[in-house]
Amino acid sequence: MTTITIPVPSRWARFRDSYLLYSFKRDLIAQVCLLVFVAMVAAAILAPWLAPMNPYDLAQIDILSSELPPFWIEGSDPLYLLGTDAQGRDLLSTILYGARVSLIIGFGAVILQALIGVSFGLLAGYLGGRVDAFLMRLADIQLSFSTLMVAIIVGAVFKATFGGETFSEYAVILLVLIIGLAEWPQYARTVRASVLAERSKEYVDAARVMGFRAKRIMFRHILPNTLSPIFVISTVQVANAIISEAALSFLGLGMPETQPSLGSLIKSGFDYIQSGSWWITLIPGTVLVVLVLVINLLGDWLRDVMNPRLYKG
Amino acid sequence: MIAFLIKRLFHALLVMFVISVISFAIQDNLGDPIQQMVGQSVPESERAALREELGLNDPFLVQYLRFAKNAVQFDFGYSYFFNEPTTDVILRHLPATLELVAAATFLIVTLSVPIGVYSAIKPRSPLSRLFMGVSIVGISIPVFLTAIVLIQIFSIGISVTPFPETTGWGSWLNGLLSTEGGMPAYGRGNDLTHVVGTWYTNFASWDSLTYLVLPAISLASIMLPLFIRLIRAEMLEVLQSDYVKFAKAKGISMRRIYFLHALKNTMLPVITVGGVQIGTLVAFTILTETVFQWPGMGLMFLDAIERSDIPLIITYLMVVGLIFVITNTLVDLIYGLVNPTVKLTGKPA
Repeated sequence: MTTITIPVPSRWARFRDSYLLYSFKRDLIAQVCLLVFVAMVAAAILAPWLAPMNPYDLAQIDILSSELPPFWIEGSDPLYLLGTDAQGRDLLSTILYGARVSLIIGFGAVILQALIGVSFGLLAGYLGGRVDAFLMRLADIQLSFSTLMVAIIVGAVFKATFGGETFSEYAVILLVLIIGLAEWPQYARTVRASVLAERSKEYVDAARVMGFRAKRIMFRHILPNTLSPIFVISTVQVANAIISEAALSFLGLGMPETQPSLGSLIKSGFDYIQSGSWWITLIPGTVLVVLVLVINLLGDWLRDVMNPRLYKG
Repeated sequence: MIAFLIKRLFHALLVMFVISVISFAIQDNLGDPIQQMVGQSVPESERAALREELGLNDPFLVQYLRFAKNAVQFDFGYSYFFNEPTTDVILRHLPATLELVAAATFLIVTLSVPIGVYSAIKPRSPLSRLFMGVSIVGISIPVFLTAIVLIQIFSIGISVTPFPETTGWGSWLNGLLSTEGGMPAYGRGNDLTHVVGTWYTNFASWDSLTYLVLPAISLASIMLPLFIRLIRAEMLEVLQSDYVKFAKAKGISMRRIYFLHALKNTMLPVITVGGVQIGTLVAFTILTETVFQWPGMGLMFLDAIERSDIPLIITYLMVVGLIFVITNTLVDLIYGLVNPTVKLTGKPA
């Protein structure tokens, strides 16, 4: 008797034959978006090497060259490609560093909210009963307040508790905390809904009969089957987190001007818009919109590919 | 119906209880009220006596009950900055915010329904594609940036000269791309009309209405794309359903099917989402009011944070919480009344 062994396809082979890649190859918008996104992330990561100046280094800032326009307008200085802000910082460099801060906070906050939300969603969906009722009521209350409102309130409380100085010093960590705490219900709800669907399937019963503990069943058996909705909302959530960070910074509850994110750049430029220096606020604004737009478009595409009926709107 | 009402009411009270506990905890932990009341020179013994007299040494529960008792009577103490009862301060700022929200809601409702329905009826027409494209861009633009761009275009004005100014068509095109500006973009204007109590309105005169235009468009811009996409998605789904097909087969006119039969069922989920989004709208008033220096509650709240005016912060939280709870409860009730498939008793089907 000969045994026939069917070769298990490697991960790469599986990816190569997947529907995900197939539809990606056919979708021009998705390709362009991914390209722009990767380029922006790369530029942000490589900011210390790409940027002509270091905006954190006070010695390089010259107040005399403040409010210079970008290169296509008369009166610009070729040294500053996109012009300078009110403190005389090179706008291109500040935007590169700012995008870096925005992206760090965006991804950090999403990781935190995913950790909280996925755990709570698994617990609520799998255990049911009182735990479920309590956690979901909590999520309901928080969502009815809207995530931005919660973020603003938590931010205000943090700022009042720690004081302005300390807040500025630990702003990145605090913002990750604030946005993470404000937006976990989105994850918890999505995960709970998929867990409820998975829980009644046979493989979960089998695992339970085999005597596995609840923790193992939740994280090893059910979680992998809820990954695709998690993946889809993660893209949208990164975009949301970046917008939330920008909004908080714009309100003065976020990154300080000495260590600007895209949001605080827009804020600091807004004071000078009446004097005609529109570029200080609108160029970082455009960068922010493009960044958020490509992430949203990628999220849209991913949602259509993975689960066309996941959510509406 | 009665059971549903009581259940909703209980839920609302629970939420208000949670909000009040959080607010009280904030009040309890932020700053020392004695520090705010007396000067540096007051000796420690007097401070301790004052603390005892004000009941600040009482257990948490006793202090909370006292806070709750006052809160029920809408007494949240005096604002540090304005030196008057916080509820008065809030009442003075509330009408401005409500008018802004009302104007934005008006824009959202009158625009999102026709556009959403149109792009569902004709999903492949170029106009629908344009609407959908614009709406995803709209979602990606933060509300304060929309506001800034609007100020630049309509208030400050832009003048560009990409075409040669010397030729007739060039200067015509340049004029087309440039804007005059001149729209008021800061505050509510001086021409407000007094209605009743602390309510001065922007709606009564043409001049003061222009002050409302840019803030209202900014505030609406964040919700509009969301609602267009939602209405379109729901309508597309409803148009696939059997009863619509049956109505078509019966030969009912398409207009009647779209606007009478399909639209009714489309609006059901829109009501629920709309209720939740009112909360979001209040949050976004903070941003819009900051950009336009609109003297509403949002701007007041931000100023209160800057000044560490804790009683005012607490009052704002409680009032906003109350607004959210009332709107959510109302939306649930309306939804239950409009949709006969919802069991109002809350029993499982």
